[in-house]
Amino acid sequence: MRSSFYKIFGFIFSVCCLQFTAYSQEVKMLSIDELKKRTANGKDTTYIINFWATWCAPCVKELPYFEKLGAAYKTDKLKVLLVNVDFKSKLKTNVIPFVKKRQLKSEVFMLNETDPDIYINRIDKSWTGSIPATLFMKNGKRVFSENEYNYTELVTAYKNIQ
Amino acid sequence: MKQLFTVISVLACFITQAQYTTLTAGQAAPDVKLRNVNNKEVSFASYPKAKGYIVVFTCNTCPYAIAYEQRIMDLGKKFTPLGYPVIAINPNDPEVSGADSFDEMQDLAKDKKYAFPYLYDEGQKVTNAYGAMKTPHIFIVSNTEKGRTVEYTGAIDNDTEGSNANRTRYAEDVIASLMKNEKPNVTVTKAIGCTVKRKKV
Repeated sequence: MRSSFYKIFGFIFSVCCLQFTAYSQEVKMLSIDELKKRTANGKDTTYIINFWATWCAPCVKELPYFEKLGAAYKTDKLKVLLVNVDFKSKLKTNVIPFVKKRQLKSEVFMLNETDPDIYINRIDKSWTGSIPATLFMKNGKRVFSENEYNYTELVTAYKNIQ
Repeated sequence: MKQLFTVISVLACFITQAQYTTLTAGQAAPDVKLRNVNNKEVSFASYPKAKGYIVVFTCNTCPYAIAYEQRIMDLGKKFTPLGYPVIAINPNDPEVSGADSFDEMQDLAKDKKYAFPYLYDEGQKVTNAYGAMKTPHIFIVSNTEKGRTVEYTGAIDNDTEGSNANRTRYAEDVIASLMKNEKPNVTVTKAIGCTVKRKKV
C-alpha cells in the first residue's frame, strides 16, 4: 500500500517535472549573437522575426497572423521567430503565462540583451525602437519594418522576400 | 478597384511616415505653448532664466513611461534648480488612447505630485514638430543667445527596467556637458518604447 502510494506520488511528481521542463522551454533566452548565428545557418530558409511585448496592444493583435502564416506555409522553409522584449523580470509572471494561454506554436524567445541603444541598432539601423517591429530575412536579403500587419499584408511581405 | 485601394493605402503609409522626422542635435527647438494640467499655459518663456529644458514626451498608459516616471521626477528635482526644468508633454491622442485624456492627466499629476508641468498637446502639434515617436522620448534643449537648440534626443538612460545601478545616464551626462559649456558626447540614443498614438485619419 505504502509503496504504491510512493509510486503514484513519484509518478505525479515526475509528470509535473516533465511538464515544467517542457513548459519552461517554450520561452528561451536569446542574445543577438545567437539570433545571428541561427539565421546564418539556414541559408535557404526564410526567417520572419517579430519583436513584441505582452503590454503592446498592436503586437498582441498581430501575433495570430504570424501564427497563421507559420501554419499555412509549414511545408515551406519558413521559420517564424517571436522575440519578446518585455522586462526580464516579467518572464515568469507575464510572458510564459501569455504564451501558454495563447498556445503559441511558433518559437518564442525572450531577448537576452541589456543595452537597448546597442541591440536596436544591431537588429536594424532604421529601427526607432517602437514595437511591433518585424525583420524578414532570406539568403542575405533583409526587409525591416515597424508596421503593424494584417494577415494579407503579412503574406505579401513573405512572398516578396522569396 | 481593390488594387487602386492598395496603392492608395501604401502611399498613405509613406506619407504618414514621412511627415514625422525626429529632430536631431543642432536643429532649432520649436516652442512649446500648451495647456498644463492646472489649466495654465506653459511655454519655454515661462522659464526666463532657464539655461535649457528637458522636454519629455511621456504618458499615463505606457508601461515603459510608467517605469521611467520616478526617474523623470528625479530629473526635475535635480535639474530644475540648476536651470534645466523638466517639461513633460503627453503626445497621445486621447481618442485613440482613452486613459491619456486631459482629466486623467490631471489625476495622475495630482496623485504623483508632479513638480513639473504635464502638458496636453491638443492636435499633436508639438509632438509632430519634434517628431516624438515613442513614450518616453526625451529632447534636451539648450537656451543660448543664438536661440533654443536641440542638444540630445532619445532615451533617459540605457536601462529601462532600472535594474542596473551602473547604467549609463544619458540625460544627466548631456546636462553635465552643457553646464560645462561643452557639446555632449552622445547626442542620440534608442530605446524600446510605446508608439505615439496618432490621431486616426
